Amino acid sequence: MMHRIRAFEEAAARANKEQLVLGAIHLSIGQEAIASGVCRNLRTDDYLLSTHRGHGHTLAKGANATAMMSELLGREGGICQGKGGSMHIADFGVGMLGANGVVAANINIAAGAAHAIKLKGEDGVACSIFGDGAINRGPFLEGLNWAGVFKLPALFVCESNGFASTTRTEAMTSGDGPAARARALGIPADEVDGNDIVAVDETVRAAVNAIRGGGGPRFIVCKTYRLHGHTASDPAAYRPREEVDVAWKNDPIARCAAILREVGVKAVELEAHRDAAATEMDEAYEIAKAAPWPDLALAYTDVQDIGDPRERAF
Amino acid sequence: MTVMTYAEAGMTALAEEMRRDPLVWAVGEDLGRGGVFGQYKGLVEEFGPERISDAPISESAIMGASVGAAMAGTRPVVEMRFADFALCAVDELVNQAAKARYMLGGQTKVPMVIREPMGMWRSSAAQHSQSLESWYTHIPGLVVAVPSTPADNKGLLKAAIRADDPVVYFEHKNLWGMEGEVPDGDLLIPFGRARIEREGRDITIVSWSSQLHTASRASGILEKQDISAEVIDLRTLWPWDRDAVFASVEKTGRLLITHESVSVGGFGAEIAATVSEYLFKALKSPVRRRAAPRIPISYAPLLEDVVRVSEAQIVETVLEMMSS
Ligand SMILES: Cc1ncc(C[n+]2csc(CCOP(=O)(O)OP(=O)(O)O)c2C)c(N)n1
Repeated sequence: MMHRIRAFEEAAARANKEQLVLGAIHLSIGQEAIASGVCRNLRTDDYLLSTHRGHGHTLAKGANATAMMSELLGREGGICQGKGGSMHIADFGVGMLGANGVVAANINIAAGAAHAIKLKGEDGVACSIFGDGAINRGPFLEGLNWAGVFKLPALFVCESNGFASTTRTEAMTSGDGPAARARALGIPADEVDGNDIVAVDETVRAAVNAIRGGGGPRFIVCKTYRLHGHTASDPAAYRPREEVDVAWKNDPIARCAAILREVGVKAVELEAHRDAAATEMDEAYEIAKAAPWPDLALAYTDVQDIGDPRERAF
Repeated sequence: MTVMTYAEAGMTALAEEMRRDPLVWAVGEDLGRGGVFGQYKGLVEEFGPERISDAPISESAIMGASVGAAMAGTRPVVEMRFADFALCAVDELVNQAAKARYMLGGQTKVPMVIREPMGMWRSSAAQHSQSLESWYTHIPGLVVAVPSTPADNKGLLKAAIRADDPVVYFEHKNLWGMEGEVPDGDLLIPFGRARIEREGRDITIVSWSSQLHTASRASGILEKQDISAEVIDLRTLWPWDRDAVFASVEKTGRLLITHESVSVGGFGAEIAATVSEYLFKALKSPVRRRAAPRIPISYAPLLEDVVRVSEAQIVETVLEMMSS
């Protein structure tokens, strides 16, 4: 899965360079272990709410890569019919209820999805993944408090990649950070090396089990590093090269490969995985490129039932 | 028919819908105690605290969590307490609830009702008195309802709860105690269908919510002066009943729109522009508006009254229009 996410992001970056993805895209290169480690512990019917940096989460939750790539290119066959693009990618068929263009907005929505699970007496979990910048918006406080008050089956995952856009998050964050804030609201919080797939996997599994057992919400901070710029076109000149070089040595995919080599997986097998992922995503890109533009009539559909603009839009 | 207040009509609507559909639930501050205006009184006893749910003072979470709960298959009725406080949840309403269905390519709908008690009541000043209904008519994806009578409050609220769209539902604080006959059982009033409050020949007066009653009283005064005004209650602003307004203006040739909210950028401007675009030749005099000046609402009663549009002002404007 981590290879697939990396390959998807690389293909998306290429599409962006070739000016076939026109809107901003936010790549999750370097953060793949979080998407993988979280989603492998969620069932298909569990809910996931993501952010602007949501390709990896969506893929890991089970969405189809070609439909996602077609969405990024705004083509027919796009997973949201070309109406959402990168920042609104979603696949309700696999419980992925949407990325979000508004930082921290997914936190309350996930709390609400968890609220619905509880009201209906189901045993699902609603998970929200957000960045360390999101903890400075009001919905972080309101959504966590909400989940705590109503003892909801909600998992909050903070991808602490050190940056909020072009600013270091710590420069704009008072106090001891995300885990401390969650604990202050009575929500058990773990901090984990987000580039260590095994650690993420184990921590998430324990949290999800506790939540499914009726234990109420949980919070996990995954420390990581955003290896590319904020958007695909951001050269990230605001940080020293050496810092990025060091961070690349901590690449979660390389670390995972090292673990696998240690337990006897052959290098050729790992390369085969990587190559298969690259081929899959290249094909997805080619299919998206070849797809036609969406039917213009779609501009007027799925707005609302009452006062439908197809009857009157002016 | 049962005589009940506007507040009781809303309560009846919610209770009937909650009995009918176990996925309907209400959430907001102080609902367990019956709501700040008593419009939820007794409901927690029947439905329990999970379905008539108190909430922390977290407007963005009340709205945002309801968006998530609606996407995950329930039908939340969101109580915002005062329309003014709903401004703390504008992202959740405008960027999330209104847009989710479209942005996500029709993979979901967001069936929720956002109840926003609106308007001037008594000495509540500029943060507890506003009428902001026109803002939401500007947002694709939203339905906007502005009931003016107990019967409409029942029939529109029931229809809003059954709708699959986010419905911004403005109840007027000044009307909570208003009594009226309300049909028993399943009363469902369709959106976008105006009500003719009073038939007339000489001029069309369009209004909604509490101001409708001021317009209606003004038409009584006008009648004594032999001016027959047709008063139309729009009931909903998106969609709004253009056909009813057009039919009336074609008959009378004159149109006055009056609303409690600020005149500048108000929904009256939309109606005036539309009638001018399509019915210019039918008009015997320019379309007029009587609505609030663009000043905040004061606390002191006499200062507060500066913002109110009275029946005398409506009469005065109609007389000007009739003589032009
Ligand atoms: C409410 C809001 N404010 C600002 C932005 C612009 N913006 C987009 S992403 C971003 C940084 C978010 O940082 P973080 O939450 O840490 O996520 P990351 O990008 O690191 O994954 C900002 C400021 C936005 N999308 N929404």
